[in-house]
Amino acid sequence: MRYLSLTLSTCLLTALAVPAYADDLVKMSENPADWVMPAHTYDNQRYSTLKQINASNVGKLQVAWTFSTGVLRGHEGAPLVVGNTMYVHTPFPNIVYALDLDHDAKILWKYEPKQDPNVIPVMCCDTVNRGVSYGDGKIFLHQADTTLVALDAKTGKVVWSVKNGDPSKGQTGTSAPHVIKDKVLVGISGGEFGVQCHVTAYDIKDGKMVWRAFSEGPDDQIKVDPEKTTALGKPVGANSSLKTWQGDQWKIGGGCTWGWMAYDPQLNLFYYGSGNPSTWNPKQRPGDNKWSMTIWARNPDTGMAKWVYQMTPHDEWDYDGVNEMILTDQQIGGKERKLLTHFDRNGLGYTLDRENGELLVAQKYDPKVNWTTGVDMDKNSPNYGRPAVVSQYSTDQNGEDHNNKGICPAALGSKDEQPAAYSPETQLFYVPTNHVCMDYEPFKVSYTAGQPYVGATLSMYPPPGDSNMGNFIAWDGKTGKIVWSDPEQFSAWGGALATAGGIVFYGTLEGYLKAVDAKTGKELYKFKTPSGIIGNVMTYEHGGKQYVAVLSGVGGWAGIGLAAGLTDPTAGLGAVGGYAALSNYTALGGQLTVFTLPQ
Amino acid sequence: MKSRAGAAAFALAATLLWTGIALGDGSGDPTAVKNDDGKYFDKNGNPTYNIKPDGTVDWYTYSGYIRYHSECHVCHGPNGDGSSYAPALKDTLKTMSYGDFLGVVASGRKNVNTANENVMPAFGDNKNVMCVIDDIFIYLRARANDALGRVRPDKHEEKPEAAKKWTDSCFGAGG
Repeated sequence: MRYLSLTLSTCLLTALAVPAYADDLVKMSENPADWVMPAHTYDNQRYSTLKQINASNVGKLQVAWTFSTGVLRGHEGAPLVVGNTMYVHTPFPNIVYALDLDHDAKILWKYEPKQDPNVIPVMCCDTVNRGVSYGDGKIFLHQADTTLVALDAKTGKVVWSVKNGDPSKGQTGTSAPHVIKDKVLVGISGGEFGVQCHVTAYDIKDGKMVWRAFSEGPDDQIKVDPEKTTALGKPVGANSSLKTWQGDQWKIGGGCTWGWMAYDPQLNLFYYGSGNPSTWNPKQRPGDNKWSMTIWARNPDTGMAKWVYQMTPHDEWDYDGVNEMILTDQQIGGKERKLLTHFDRNGLGYTLDRENGELLVAQKYDPKVNWTTGVDMDKNSPNYGRPAVVSQYSTDQNGEDHNNKGICPAALGSKDEQPAAYSPETQLFYVPTNHVCMDYEPFKVSYTAGQPYVGATLSMYPPPGDSNMGNFIAWDGKTGKIVWSDPEQFSAWGGALATAGGIVFYGTLEGYLKAVDAKTGKELYKFKTPSGIIGNVMTYEHGGKQYVAVLSGVGGWAGIGLAAGLTDPTAGLGAVGGYAALSNYTALGGQLTVFTLPQ
Repeated sequence: MKSRAGAAAFALAATLLWTGIALGDGSGDPTAVKNDDGKYFDKNGNPTYNIKPDGTVDWYTYSGYIRYHSECHVCHGPNGDGSSYAPALKDTLKTMSYGDFLGVVASGRKNVNTANENVMPAFGDNKNVMCVIDDIFIYLRARANDALGRVRPDKHEEKPEAAKKWTDSCFGAGG
């Protein structure tokens, strides 16, 4: 007993002696040996300065060790490494393992919550989870049933837990929490269930709610100051959201918040995107549906919005705006700018000034994108910042029960949640993309709490004339141009990693971990892991060796749209080839594969 | 008990034999024998599809395609082909009867164990599903019997008056 209590107080002392607030997290994230937050650093660059593994030797990469998660669903996200411990998460039931890197990844502790399995079918698109976060000596997990739980990083014991939503109303947890200063920020999923989505901040010490900011609703609910919050340089004005919805529709308006957040400690602003408005039938919700489909810059202390930019007003295609914001400091026109780059589902790559939300670049990052002719960049135009919609592909203009054919990209977007990476050396973004088009037919649906609220039928296929359903591209965010593009048979659905070794890693749906040359895109290495990869590649250093790790486990939306192969629009006319089923290449799995160079 | 089970098995085998090549699916022979204002039924009275040689499908098969891809495909995959986490219903209906199908859709079911975490929710209160459950069944029945490919049916019969009346009353006015 005495020994036990001694150990306990030593632990407490250690915990107290090492406060891990944002400032410390900033410092910790600068240590390339660790991987303390989902994107490695707050800027979401997913870039590591480690270069033991580099362009000249990556071809010799070998598997160092593997770990089975015991779960066979879609594995998104990536593990964390804090010191000598690796934290691995799983899809539902949302197990967290702490692995001892000093002792062959022995399991130090395992946390498995008891959750009502009834949450499973209200999770659109598989029971994925995008990972855990670290801060203040705790590991934070956002469970499927929306419980946000803080676990003691040393023991796995629950320190506090709080319910962020109600799964019986279709609200679910899939995103990774983000620790910013003394708060844990978490979004919510349920855009296909008519949820009024929000970002919520909880006190890192005890889990008490500090603030909650909705994506749509009255000004106080969305934490927008009519005078001070700006959109494209102008104050948004009173009721900026309410007046863009018919009646009370904002209450089931969607705008979900399940993506990756970025944070700029100097500006004290965090950035994220809000998702599609509910339903998928645009006729049923007239108006711009603000602030769905929006890039948000908010103050993490108060939740107040500094600026907003709505990318796809009145969405007609489910071009969910949640994809990550990547923060860089680059020169444009000879001037050093604090930039934010975002690859939207709608097929446009945006670069904005992250201080004030000024729109600098909006260009297609897949040349097949056809629903818009581009964004109006004329500051004096009444349509400034709006995409020009091509009538032929407007599912609103063509009305309900009309099958709109050949829209590119498909609803899963030119890119989905799979995060891109950025290398400050090449000043290029590395983007895993989907190269898929669709037919989209909206129709009337009625809303029932906790039931799907979709309202459109769609079928997907590669762009006419192409057989590849994905590309892995390098993108210049200053000019909005593709620098190189590697075709992938299936959508590139794994998150990228760039390193100082001059290489970029990503995973493919067939299960390959690939390394390519950062300058040219030339493939330098590939290895087939046991299942399709929708996780994000990460790297760390332990015992003087660099390791690269990735989760395998096919699923997610990729597992729906692709498991059986995409619909072949010319079936019966003899077309064969790139339409083959993913199930011919891989099967369900749940495994972490860790790579390193041979001795 | 044993002999009774054996007798039942024999009877089943005999039934299968007698039905010959039109062996059918989980609801029996899908051949349409009755047309009730554009809605087709098999000889057992189960709803079924009717596809003309030129590819024109009955209204319910078409409507089922639409509704399936709104309500079901997010889990069960496009065209009833299944996903990485929910079964292919075009295969399920090869053995599942119309009655059992209705029961599972209305009440849901769970298959949660170490290898599976499959949970089908109860749709009994969901008008978007239950008002058109026959449509969805008929579409999937056509898929189960390979009567319809992995395509959107291009040509379909007009929406029958009975279907209009039914959806209006079931969804509620204007619904």
